[in-house]
Amino acid sequence: MKILVTVKEVATVEDEFEIDGTEIADQYLGADLNEWDDYAVEEAVQLQEAGIADEVVTVTIGPEDCEQTIRQALAKGADRAVRVWDDSFADVDLLDVNAKTEILSAVVEAEDPDLVLTGVQAGDDSFAATGVSVAENVGFQWGAVVNHLDHDLGDVVSVRRELEGGVEELSEIELPAVLTIQTGINEPRYASLRGIRQAQRKELDVQTLADLGVDESAIESELDLTDMYEPESESDVTVWEGSADDTAAELGELLRDKGVAQ
Amino acid sequence: MTDVLAVADHRRGDLRDVSYEIITAGRELADETGGDLHVAVISGTVDDFADKLNRDGVDAIHTVSHGEEFNHDVYTQTITQLYDELAPQYVLTPNSVNGLDYAPAVANQLDLPIVTDTVGLETDGDTLVATREMYGGKVETTNELEGDAVVTIRGAEWPAAEGTGDAAVEAFDADIDEDTIGSTVNGFEEVGGGDVDISEAELLVSIGRGIEEEENLDLIRDLADALGATLSSSRPIVDNGWLPKNRQVGQSGKVVTPDVYIAIGISGAVQHVAGMKGSDTIVAINTDPNAPIMDIADYAIHDDLFDVVPALVEEFE
Ligand SMILES: Cc1cc2nc3c(=O)[nH]c(=O)nc-3n(C[C@H](O)[C@H](O)[C@H](O)COP(=O)(O)OP(=O)(O)OC[C@H]3O[C@@H](n4cnc5c(N)ncnc54)[C@H](O)[C@@H]3O)c2cc1C
Repeated sequence: MKILVTVKEVATVEDEFEIDGTEIADQYLGADLNEWDDYAVEEAVQLQEAGIADEVVTVTIGPEDCEQTIRQALAKGADRAVRVWDDSFADVDLLDVNAKTEILSAVVEAEDPDLVLTGVQAGDDSFAATGVSVAENVGFQWGAVVNHLDHDLGDVVSVRRELEGGVEELSEIELPAVLTIQTGINEPRYASLRGIRQAQRKELDVQTLADLGVDESAIESELDLTDMYEPESESDVTVWEGSADDTAAELGELLRDKGVAQ
Repeated sequence: MTDVLAVADHRRGDLRDVSYEIITAGRELADETGGDLHVAVISGTVDDFADKLNRDGVDAIHTVSHGEEFNHDVYTQTITQLYDELAPQYVLTPNSVNGLDYAPAVANQLDLPIVTDTVGLETDGDTLVATREMYGGKVETTNELEGDAVVTIRGAEWPAAEGTGDAAVEAFDADIDEDTIGSTVNGFEEVGGGDVDISEAELLVSIGRGIEEEENLDLIRDLADALGATLSSSRPIVDNGWLPKNRQVGQSGKVVTPDVYIAIGISGAVQHVAGMKGSDTIVAINTDPNAPIMDIADYAIHDDLFDVVPALVEEFE
């Protein structure tokens, strides 16, 4: 069986930052593998190690810069990577769910996997919708927010979906399917030195919209990002200033006042 | 095409709070578009649910009796058929785990844009302006779209609708194609029993990713011991296997209401806050003065936990 894992390089933001138009100014941004995708990659690699998957392919929408992040997934055991980029993306503020769906669906159709794993959400734009949207688009089954997956080589997977309030739903889902993976489903590994070396030699295939047969108009976002700002704080927080000893003493006094600590 | 269709959420026989909140959000939009607010309730004891959902501002309730519990294919098929019949401008669903399991499919099937996890909505009848967060709550954004759309709303952002309405309740005869249903729900399980019940504690010392390493957790255990407090945490600590699931505070963990909640190295992501905002007094220890937790904290120390916590331990030992 073949597994396709969507992998995104997300922007990380420093504690102090400035906004430039509808973006956070570049100098305050870092880059990392999306936390949820890290668990999805690990789940796929574990299925491969268990002899259930015979190929794990990653797919990323992103510019050349993000190849270092894709290599992380390869270093952890994915076999090869596809990266989709088109110069027309450079002017787009926000690729909305429909645009991502069109692009990723074309890759799913080309790769023809049995199982697609995505992260529940991306830590930057937090749409949490792309996986299910792709599934519906390509006619796959799906499950959102999966925190446990059992597969016994049949054409059904048993999953747990993590609902709110500490309740899990036990479900069976027919393959082919898209599952959006929740953190905590496994323990993502660190890439070994050997893995990192091997990753350099793994195939990383770059595709444009034309290569995928996706019309440029498909990525025109219907959602326009018009403003970005720091949320207005409604807080009336009392900030204790001073040395650690001073602030600890303030907190100590509060706890004694409230009668919750000796 | 000015109507709004809002979808209720329920589980194991109970409507969830967001079902009443979505009526408020839907009514506000319908007032702007000059249309009606329709509410759909799918599966379970729909007549009983319809009675409860019949609150001020609801014009019509459509009940779809099909199975006991949520199934995303049933929801997707029903909502797309309701859309075809009612032609609403906006389809509103909760941004719940189940909402996220069908709303994107509905949007894709209807070829509509989707905007998720909204915390504010406005429309002039043509353009929808949706407010949502990015980067774990560090920034807020406005997003505009024209025409019809699927929109998911964050829980606890709109007040629950109240009063008694006089909505027309009608059974909607959805045509469910059983052959396309490819997933089956076999049951539910509560997780996170075990040694302590953090929801009973008066004083919680709660630790987040700021602790960095498992070994450092000893420092927090020392603090909990010194204060006679109960230890809880944000999700990453549990995901790492450093604490058991019954210690997790938040949307997918436990809801806690202690007298004092000390959030140490916790950013205050919405899913965490969902579990602890009802605490009487909230104290945050965080190096980032702009962390979202500061919006709900009563007291804050903008400093390194590795300096503050040992000082506090010393004070109580
Ligand atoms: C469907 C779903 C359900 C979820 N359910 C839950 C849930 O139930 N509970 C939950 O908690 N999360 C939940 N999450 C995850 C949530 O989105 C966040 O990822 C998580 O809460 C972040 O945890 P954190 O604040 O500990 O870590 P981070 O967001 O990484 O924050 C760490 C904080 O520590 C501070 N810090 C770092 N070093 C120090 C230091 N030395 N001293 C002081 N401060 C320091 C940083 O400034 C930062 O603010 C859920 C997510 C999803 C998608």
